[in-house]
Amino acid sequence: MSERIIEFRDALREAMSQEMHRDPRVFLLGEEVAEYDGAYKVSRGMLEEFGPRRVIDTPISESGFAGMAIGAAMLGLRPIVEFMSWSFSLVAADPILNNAPKMLYMSGGQFGCPIVIRGNDGAGGQLGSTHSWCVEGMFSNVPGLKMAIPAFPDDAKGMLATAIRDDDPVFFLESERLLAMKGHVPEGDHYVPFGKAVVRRPGTDVTLFSFGRPVHFCLDAAEELAKEGISCEVIDGRTIRPLDIDTIVESVRKTNACVVVDQSWSFGSPGSEVAAQVHAHCFDDLDNHVMRVHSADVPSPYAANLEQAFLPNARRIAEAVRSALYVA
Amino acid sequence: MSSVTDSAPPAASGGRPLAERTSATPTQLHEWLRQMLLIREFEVRTMQAYQDKKIGGFCHIYIGQEAVAVGCTAAVQHADPVVTAYRDHGHALARGMDPKYCMAEMFGRIGGCAKGKGGSMHMFDKPNNLFGGHGIVGAQTPLGTGLAFAKKYQDEVIDGGVNKHVTLCFLGDGALNQGGFYEAMNLASLFDIPVIFVVENNGYSMGTSIERGTSMSHRIIAKGEGCGLTGYEIEGMDVLTVYEEMKKVADTARAESRPAMVDLRTYRFKGHSMSDPRKYRTRDEEQHWEAGDPITRLRDAMIEGGLIDEEGFKALNKVQKTVVREAINWAEQSPEPDISELYTDVYVEKFGPYTGTSMPQIVTDAEASP
Repeated sequence: MSERIIEFRDALREAMSQEMHRDPRVFLLGEEVAEYDGAYKVSRGMLEEFGPRRVIDTPISESGFAGMAIGAAMLGLRPIVEFMSWSFSLVAADPILNNAPKMLYMSGGQFGCPIVIRGNDGAGGQLGSTHSWCVEGMFSNVPGLKMAIPAFPDDAKGMLATAIRDDDPVFFLESERLLAMKGHVPEGDHYVPFGKAVVRRPGTDVTLFSFGRPVHFCLDAAEELAKEGISCEVIDGRTIRPLDIDTIVESVRKTNACVVVDQSWSFGSPGSEVAAQVHAHCFDDLDNHVMRVHSADVPSPYAANLEQAFLPNARRIAEAVRSALYVA
Repeated sequence: MSSVTDSAPPAASGGRPLAERTSATPTQLHEWLRQMLLIREFEVRTMQAYQDKKIGGFCHIYIGQEAVAVGCTAAVQHADPVVTAYRDHGHALARGMDPKYCMAEMFGRIGGCAKGKGGSMHMFDKPNNLFGGHGIVGAQTPLGTGLAFAKKYQDEVIDGGVNKHVTLCFLGDGALNQGGFYEAMNLASLFDIPVIFVVENNGYSMGTSIERGTSMSHRIIAKGEGCGLTGYEIEGMDVLTVYEEMKKVADTARAESRPAMVDLRTYRFKGHSMSDPRKYRTRDEEQHWEAGDPITRLRDAMIEGGLIDEEGFKALNKVQKTVVREAINWAEQSPEPDISELYTDVYVEKFGPYTGTSMPQIVTDAEASP
């Protein structure tokens, strides 16, 4: 395997392209995915590679094209729906929440929905309140869907390829802030299994659990805290559904302290769920309650300094770790 | 109420001989009469079962609209997908679902078409290409576009041929006011997707008459025309007319691979759901439409044409009563779903508490029969 270095966005495209070559049932649709090469250039070149029947520009009509893709998936096709932003998924709430995750159940096993819905999720670009959604807070509440949030380019490829092959609906959340990140990505087939968290940095004093972009904030905080003699174990959850609670629990039983970092709002979030599960599994192992770092419980602001204060960051994570360890 | 009653059909056959009024064979006509009688009897017994609390939740009765489901499904092929809204028992039976699976579903039993997990509003039948039964008004319209898209994609992109299929997507006139419907029509038109949006225009979205809730209610096909769909207005209380007109619509949509919108004028004889006292319409209006009962019209036409007599009609009806009674008995004997069913069919993959998926009896029975 070569030591090839490519961008996160190219890793995403490679997964889609390889799966489309493998399986003619796979196709891509969304706003600007074809002639424009994708609003964030993720699908660059795919129109030339596969033609307009399989790389399909849609109008700005999320409810329509998401619902259309779900209908196609009921008949066994494997659509990849790109939402330019997950913020725009809210106008498609009925198809993506009422149809995709419930079809198998409502039909008593007759019709599944092997669809991937992917796009940019999360704040960080001064886009204001309506364009900065972290939909994992809301959507992870719904059984029947899987949710994958890669933090590194190799996972971007391996997790998206797994998502496309998955027989269940997968909500695939990408951070626009990570798309230019470069890393080693295997060239050939590369599949990262769902429900397997990975330890990004081993440590002994505290378990830092996160997923997606805030994993990088956790690694930054761990680097700072190491200078203070605090050893952080950083776990990248990769998927929220399925959630790999076992890896978290194993770590917390070793460190006896846990900080969960989640860029969605705190109320009823993946972070609150993980904290609850850690409390249930590790009640006797914990030296303090699980600490949580979320976005501030306000609409996302525009001003750069306010947005910086709004999001989880390394400083706030380090403060939470010190608090969890009773370090003044 | 004027346009509701203005569009009411004549009760008589118009004096033309049966052979001039339909291209259907006597065998087809007998089959349609059987289906309409089956649906009528099924729905009467469904209302009784609901009142006996054997059926829970929301339950929407199809009585009065039988000619629509029967005439439309007769106008397409078995391989053509069908999708509909929540008033779906009639479509399921017209598509060929054995009434026992339909009744067991409403009884919440494991023998139901969806193992008792769907209920009255979610009739699915994979062997008969029925893709639900959808509960949110208008939700099935983008799905209908997608089903037709998938068939065309299979025919043309994967198999390398030409489109061979057309999809029937039923909706009520209430769904005319949902945004998703316009998106579904716009996409179907843009991408040349052969889906027929069949508006079962019964004049009411729950208790709101079409005049009170829908602009351009006198000519709703203008909404489809705005998206480039060819529109058709069809009298929906006469199955002969429904079939003849829908056959042309379906053949054209299939051949041209283009979407269409149909305004099928019909009337539900019962309330919106089982809890509806129908205070929003007059008894005069109801009686006017009941005089054009689609079953009576087909029966009279067939008697006129010498295809059946009173005795034959009564005998056919009696058979349907037996069939429905047996369906009820079968449904009552089907067990409740085991509690372990709670965690099946959530995900295809097994993980955590989820135990994977399996096909319901409606599918395994079909696979077992030759």
